[in-house]
Amino acid sequence: MSVLVYTESENGKFKKTALEVASYAKAVADQMGTTVTAIAVNAGDTSELEKYGVDKVLKVSNSALDTFNAKSYAAAIKQAAEKEGTKVVIVSQSADSKYLAPILAVGLQAGYASNVVEAPSSTSPFTVKRTAFTNKAFNITTIDTDVKVVGVSNNSFGLVETAASATTEDFSPVIPDSGVTVQSVDKATDKVTIADAEIVVSAGRGMKGPENWGMIEELAGVLGAATACSKPVSDLGWRPHGEHVGQTGKPVAANLYIAIGISGAIQHLAGINASKVKVVINTDPEAPFFKAADYGVVGDAFEVVPVLIEKLKAFKAANA
Amino acid sequence: MKILVCISHVPDTTSKINFTDGDSKFDTNGVQFVINPNDEFGLTRAMWFKEKQGATVDVVNVGGAETEPTLRKALAIGADTAIRVNTTAKDGFQVAKELAKVVKDGGYDLVIAGRESIDYNGAMVPGMLAELTNANFVTNCISLDVDGTTAKATREIDGGKETVTTSLPLVIGGQKGLVEESDLRIPNMRGIMMARKKPLTVLEPATAETETTTVKFEKPVPKGAVTLVDADNLDELVNLLHNEAKVI
Ligand SMILES: Cc1cc2nc3c(=O)[nH]c(=O)nc-3n(C[C@H](O)[C@H](O)[C@H](O)COP(=O)(O)OP(=O)(O)OC[C@H]3O[C@@H](n4cnc5c(N)ncnc54)[C@H](O)[C@@H]3O)c2cc1C
Repeated sequence: MSVLVYTESENGKFKKTALEVASYAKAVADQMGTTVTAIAVNAGDTSELEKYGVDKVLKVSNSALDTFNAKSYAAAIKQAAEKEGTKVVIVSQSADSKYLAPILAVGLQAGYASNVVEAPSSTSPFTVKRTAFTNKAFNITTIDTDVKVVGVSNNSFGLVETAASATTEDFSPVIPDSGVTVQSVDKATDKVTIADAEIVVSAGRGMKGPENWGMIEELAGVLGAATACSKPVSDLGWRPHGEHVGQTGKPVAANLYIAIGISGAIQHLAGINASKVKVVINTDPEAPFFKAADYGVVGDAFEVVPVLIEKLKAFKAANA
Repeated sequence: MKILVCISHVPDTTSKINFTDGDSKFDTNGVQFVINPNDEFGLTRAMWFKEKQGATVDVVNVGGAETEPTLRKALAIGADTAIRVNTTAKDGFQVAKELAKVVKDGGYDLVIAGRESIDYNGAMVPGMLAELTNANFVTNCISLDVDGTTAKATREIDGGKETVTTSLPLVIGGQKGLVEESDLRIPNMRGIMMARKKPLTVLEPATAETETTTVKFEKPVPKGAVTLVDADNLDELVNLLHNEAKVI
C-alpha cells in the first residue's frame, strides 16, 4: 500500500529532484497513513534517501537500464508498484520522467496528473493543484482511478528533511525490449541544467551578440546557476536551442530567475511564471518584464552585470 | 507511409486566460484559437515526408465542432484528410484512447503529435497513445528521418540532446526544431480553396471515460509591484536577495 516514488539518479548519484519527490511522497504517505517506498535504478549508495522520509528502497541493478529508456524504466516502475500494491506513484517532471510517466500510467491503468505544484489538498478524493495555460492558471484536479500517477513540478515542493531509517531490498524487474536504441548522447556534463537549477541567469537580445555572453556565464558561475536565453537569441544562433526558455522553449521553475536584456514578451513570461523570484535588468523602464518582476534594475547590462558579479563575489566570500 | 498528425486546438499564445461558470470552465470569449505550436512543427515535417518521400497525411482532433476551423487550416496547409472525434476533450487519457482507436482503424505507420499542448501542458497524450497502440515512442523530438520502416530521431534531454534509432509504427512528440521555423507554412488562397473540398470525417467517440476531473481553475495571486533598485546601489540588490527573498 505504500506510496512509491521513482528517485532518479545520474552516475550513481541522486538528482536533487529525486530528493524533492521523495519529500513529496513522504507528505502524501503521512496524509494517507502509510509508508514510502523508493525505486532506485543503478544508484549505488541509497542511504541519502532516508533523510527525506523513505522507509524502504527497492534497488534495481541492471545493465539494460544503464542508458535511460522510457519504456524499460516505466516497466521497472510498474512492476515495483504492483509488487508493493501501491496506489500512488510519484515521479518528478524531468525530461526523462515526463517521458516515462504516460507509458507508466497506461501500464497501471492509472490517472496521471502532471505539473503538480503542491501536496494533495485531499487524498480522498485525491485532489491536486497543477499548472495550466503555460503557468497562467492552476487546474485543481481529482485523480479518480484506483491507482494514481503524480508528476511533481521541479522546485515546487522543495526538500523537506525528516529522518527515517530505510530498509533496502534488491529488486529484479523483467525488462522488455525497449524498441528505441540510443545511438549517441551530446550533453555538457559539467553544467547545471535548466531543469535542475535553483538559479537561472537568462539573457536576451539586449546582449547585442554572442561575444557578450562571457559576463552572463560568469554571473551564472558565481551563483552556481544555469544559463538560459530568450527565443530570438537561440534563433539567431547566439546560444544553443536547449537554452531557449518560454512557451515554445523550456519551462523554468527556479527559485531565482535573473533576466538580462529580455523584454518580457508574454511568450517568454509563460515559460518562467513558475519561478519564485524574478530579477530584471533592462535599460528600458517600460519593458513589460518589470511588471512581472519582483526586483528590477533600470540600467545598462554592460555596466550593471560586471558590478553585480563583483558584489556577489564579495557576498559569497563573506558568507562562505 | 501513412502519417497521422494530431492537432490540438489551443488559445493563441497571447490570449487572456479567464474562467466562467464558477471558475470551472475556460472562458473562450474573445479568444482566438490556433493549431498548437508544437503540432505545427509536426505538421510541417509531415508535409516534408509527403512531398519528398511520398506519404499520405491525415490530421485528427478530439473536440467539438468549434475545432473545425483549426482542422481546415491544417488541410489548407496540405493535409489530405481530416478527422474530428466528436467529443469534448476532458483529460489526456480520454483523448489518447480516442486517438488510439483512430490510429488502429486507420493503420498508421507514423503518428506525429506535439510534445505538449499549450493549454493544459499535460505532456500525456503522445506517450499514452504510443502505449495504447503498441508503437515505439520518442518525445521532445527535434529531428526525424524515416527510411523504410527504420526511423532516426533526435530528442532534447535535460542539458543536451540524444540521437536514437527505432522502427515504425512510431509515435513522436514533436517540438520546435523538428523543422526550421522559417519553413512553417501559412495557408495560401489556393490551399484554403482546396481545403474546402477535402474530406473532414466526424467520428463518434468510443468512450466517455476519464481518469481525472477538473474541479476548478484558479488564477495566480496578483503579485505586488516590482521593487526597483538603483543601478548605483547593487549592494541593496544583493541584500534583498539574501535577506528578503532568501534565494542566495
Ligand atoms: C508563437 C510564439 C511563440 C514564442 N515563444 C517564445 C518563447 O518560448 N520564448 C521567448 O523568449 N520568446 C518567444 N516568442 C517571442 C517573443 O514574443 C519575443 O519576441 C521574445 O521573447 C523577445 O526576446 P528578447 O526580449 O530577448 O528581445 P527584444 O524583444 O529585442 O528585447 C530586448 C530587450 O533588451 C533590452 N536591452 C537592450 N539593450 C540593453 C542593455 N544594454 N542592457 C539591458 N537591457 C537592454 C531592451 O530594452 C529590450 O527590452 C514567441 C513568439 C511567438 C509568436
